Amino acid sequence: MLDKVHDAPREALQGPVRSRGLDLEEPLLFETGRVDVTGVDVEAPEEVASRLGGLARTKPIGLPGLSEPEAMRHFVRLSRQNYSIDAGLYPLGSCTMKHNPRLNEKVARLPGFADIHPLQPLSSVQGALELMQELSDWLLKLTKMAAVALSPKAGAHGESCGLMAIKAAVAAKGELATRRIVLVPQSAHGTNPASAALLGFVAKPVPVGADGVLHHEDVAPLIGSDVAAIMLTNPNTCGLFERDIAKIAATLHAAGGYFYCDGANFNALAGLARPGDFGVDAMHINLHKTFSTPHGGGGPGAGPVVFSERLAPFAPAPALKRSGEALTLVEDDCGFGRMTAFHGQMGMFVRALAYLLAHGGEGARQASSDAVLSANYLRVRLADMLSQPFGDQPCMHEALFDETWLAGTGVTTLDFAKALIDEGYHPMTIYFPLVVHGAMLIEPTESQPKAALDDFVETLRRLGMRALAGEKEAFRLAPIHTPRRRLDETQAARKPVLRWSQPG
Amino acid sequence: MSTTYFTKDHEYLRIDGDVAVVGVTDYAQAQLGDVVFVELPPSGKEIAKGGTLATVESVKAASEVYAPVSGEVIEVNAALEEAPGTVNEDAQGAGWFVKLRLASEDELAGLLDAAAYEAFLKTL
Amino acid sequence: MRYHPLTGADREAMLAIIGARDFDELFTAATGAAPLEGDFGLPRAKSEIAVERHLSRLAEKNLSAARAPCFLGAGAYRHHVPASVDHLIQRSEFLTSYTPYQPEISQGTLQHLFEFQTQVALLTGMEIANASMYDGSTACAEAMLMAHRITKRRRALVSGALHPHYAAVAKTAARMAGDEIVQLPPDVTASEDLLGRIDDSLSCVIVQTPDFFGNLRDLSELSDACHRHGALLVAVFTEAVSLGAVKAPGDMGADIVVGEGQSIGNALNFGGPYVGLFATREIYLRQTPGRLCGETVDLQGRRAFVLTLSTREQHIRRDKATSNICTNSGLCALAFSIHLSLLGELGLRRLAHANHANAARLRDELKGLAGVEVLNETFFNEFTVRTPGDASKIVEALARRGVLAGVPVSRLLPGEGLDDLLLVASTELNTTEDRAALVAGLKELL
Repeated sequence: MLDKVHDAPREALQGPVRSRGLDLEEPLLFETGRVDVTGVDVEAPEEVASRLGGLARTKPIGLPGLSEPEAMRHFVRLSRQNYSIDAGLYPLGSCTMKHNPRLNEKVARLPGFADIHPLQPLSSVQGALELMQELSDWLLKLTKMAAVALSPKAGAHGESCGLMAIKAAVAAKGELATRRIVLVPQSAHGTNPASAALLGFVAKPVPVGADGVLHHEDVAPLIGSDVAAIMLTNPNTCGLFERDIAKIAATLHAAGGYFYCDGANFNALAGLARPGDFGVDAMHINLHKTFSTPHGGGGPGAGPVVFSERLAPFAPAPALKRSGEALTLVEDDCGFGRMTAFHGQMGMFVRALAYLLAHGGEGARQASSDAVLSANYLRVRLADMLSQPFGDQPCMHEALFDETWLAGTGVTTLDFAKALIDEGYHPMTIYFPLVVHGAMLIEPTESQPKAALDDFVETLRRLGMRALAGEKEAFRLAPIHTPRRRLDETQAARKPVLRWSQPG
Repeated sequence: MSTTYFTKDHEYLRIDGDVAVVGVTDYAQAQLGDVVFVELPPSGKEIAKGGTLATVESVKAASEVYAPVSGEVIEVNAALEEAPGTVNEDAQGAGWFVKLRLASEDELAGLLDAAAYEAFLKTL
Repeated sequence: MRYHPLTGADREAMLAIIGARDFDELFTAATGAAPLEGDFGLPRAKSEIAVERHLSRLAEKNLSAARAPCFLGAGAYRHHVPASVDHLIQRSEFLTSYTPYQPEISQGTLQHLFEFQTQVALLTGMEIANASMYDGSTACAEAMLMAHRITKRRRALVSGALHPHYAAVAKTAARMAGDEIVQLPPDVTASEDLLGRIDDSLSCVIVQTPDFFGNLRDLSELSDACHRHGALLVAVFTEAVSLGAVKAPGDMGADIVVGEGQSIGNALNFGGPYVGLFATREIYLRQTPGRLCGETVDLQGRRAFVLTLSTREQHIRRDKATSNICTNSGLCALAFSIHLSLLGELGLRRLAHANHANAARLRDELKGLAGVEVLNETFFNEFTVRTPGDASKIVEALARRGVLAGVPVSRLLPGEGLDDLLLVASTELNTTEDRAALVAGLKELL
């Protein structure tokens, strides 16, 4: 049950909205830009006879322009209203907000990578194909899988890819009519059942045990000849390792089903354990989580998918192939077909490979170890104050708490998160996974110095003490130190305004 | 003279003859939070008991409302499109969802009366 | 290691607090098994110098458009991106921030998305737009699925001049969902009869303009016919700059407009990351996939922006979501928006005109060449050329001479008897020298 976001009393602002000190207000582009201004000088070409066939645009578009100084100011001012990894700890569980190395930005911009067209003759882009091959090699070795599709553009796209391959495999056995079910734990990320449903499967829930993990004896009865696949995350969305995973996979395989693994939490395992060993048939890897490609305010991502031997034949186009000395792309007649134009997120491949090369096998292992160590350190230092829904047990790369410890204080998980903002932190993930009430999922990653972890713990404890001492009003008013406070999300949904419009 | 029945899923039915006015209870609207949209079925649709009658959306959640009885949708509350908040303000009055022509009066037997529903709420 | 702040001493102190003797003990306690040993045959760590050297060597093996005149299009276009764009998107607060789920500390991202949505709506002539999709091809497939949801029909009709990759992606989506999709044969000269095939069984008709072969299409008659039969018109574009010169699809009756935004603000990048644009009518708002940013007020009545109507999306609706999409194209959408803000209406029109003029000049210069025929009556900045032989061999030969001559149609439509056709694009970046090099190269070969 999610409480009303807009419970805090409204306080009318005194006077108009103004900039103060370094907190700079910035109007919309449409309020400051002008249609007769441009910040780009385009050389005026000579007149030519129009070949637009009478379809030339005659009406004005209404797009305002900014000179270069105005554009810099507009976007710089906007940027300063955002929190970021570079600015501080971003403990979002399940998002892996690790450091985004700047070398990656530099190499991605080399003309030999950035200024090549996807449809150039393959002989003219062998370096690009080699890079893709090298990245593929890394992903296969880290996961102990047989084949990889690099083209999916994000994690959810990768899930679709894996499930499509599974559907194609099921169809190849002539079992599409009978194998309609995909088993998905209730703790799963929403993309899992959404992806299954989009492919015409029926997503059936799998119960999570009282200890937060799946138990083979609970799952096995659900695995019949009507099950096409099971979609699991390991470690799961509660930050716990699924100990029965190999057993479940074995039962599933014996019944003719396929195992899709959501690789969002691979930062707990890279270099320490391999999905191929648990019987995974397909797993997407979020390059923007585990392999440091930047989150960019919400994207772009990249979600390559690794496949087992039995699913490899169904991987989509395009596929990388060696042809004698050269590398080539198989672009048609490949697996279940194509799921994007061109070849995938090359810009992200360069960045991810730069990250991997910098780490080496040893460094990849160290990164995951530090991630798991840091999460457990936070967990242990908070265990006496915050409540853990599945008991006091070691976690993987993220620690899960719920709102039981706040019972009776009048402070909700949401209020607690908003108060954390005032302390200079981005909140942890809240209200996910859904199986836990008022979930708080904390993932520090390996990028924090110990002092930052200690400061975070002390801040949470200080806030916790205040909540337990009854300061609920202060929590309901938080945040107070931000450019905007407690937005009216109800109004935004009831009366959607999705664009600026000319007034009057 | 109408009688109102309730279900453990927090729906109510105000029966008048063979027509039921169906909605969610005041307890339900408090649980849902601010309602931002209600997806209603088309007029004329036949709904079986247990089938999806409506979907209620709040900012952070979408909840299915299941038909407590079988029937034909004879009218839906069009006012909810412009003012979904009515569900919060007056769930059991102006915030009604649909009017159903009952398929079978026998189905009313399994429902709770007002007293039973009040008692049920106390156990939550 | 330069990215790992924890020292050996830190780790020991942390393990002591946790109560584990070493990391292996902690891992075993958490998983039931010891961590794997060894490096799986992976290489050793490299210094920054070594990483840069390694990747530079790979980059140098590619013939970039920086070193060779480039006339390739077919869904990805080489344009000038002002220096400020790339500089701004690398600001920490844009590059290293996350999806704006906590609006109080992400108004920067949210306001820019609101501006982006407005820009896309204006460009396409539609009422609303979303906060971007992965790319044009996936946006096209999503539009088809949205048309199915709205009309409750599951059959789509596709033009023979839709970008072959876009058509392939839509076909995969249709096949996987058990829907029907009919595509007309490749239509090089915009002469296909889509009108005659529109009936009540269709959820949508999908047409691209400027189309894959460069031809411009008037969508007005098509949209009328669609509407008479209760179907939607999905208009597709792959060259966003064309919208600076050509009538907006919204003004021709389109119901959903999708396309690729790469041309504005984003480099070629060998095919990704790109940015899918998605615009539609306000009445279809609740069926629209992807993220939406809306305007509201905060507790103090100040205007503010927030992600809204999330109940359509996967994290709430789960198996009943409009799409499974989670990520948008954030930073690429920002680059698009910054570039378009710098251009403004005035700059975009001039840029579009420069593109058209350059292409027109190239067309005239090619007309003089024996054996080569430009097939288009109409075009924006790309057209189809018939060559006397195998276009892909011509392209290979010219690449060896340092000219990126265009995209052979057979690369995307193999086995269709179109092996002699070449798609040639010319943007504002193609100089007189570039054109001369192409013409001279062709002359020599043919």
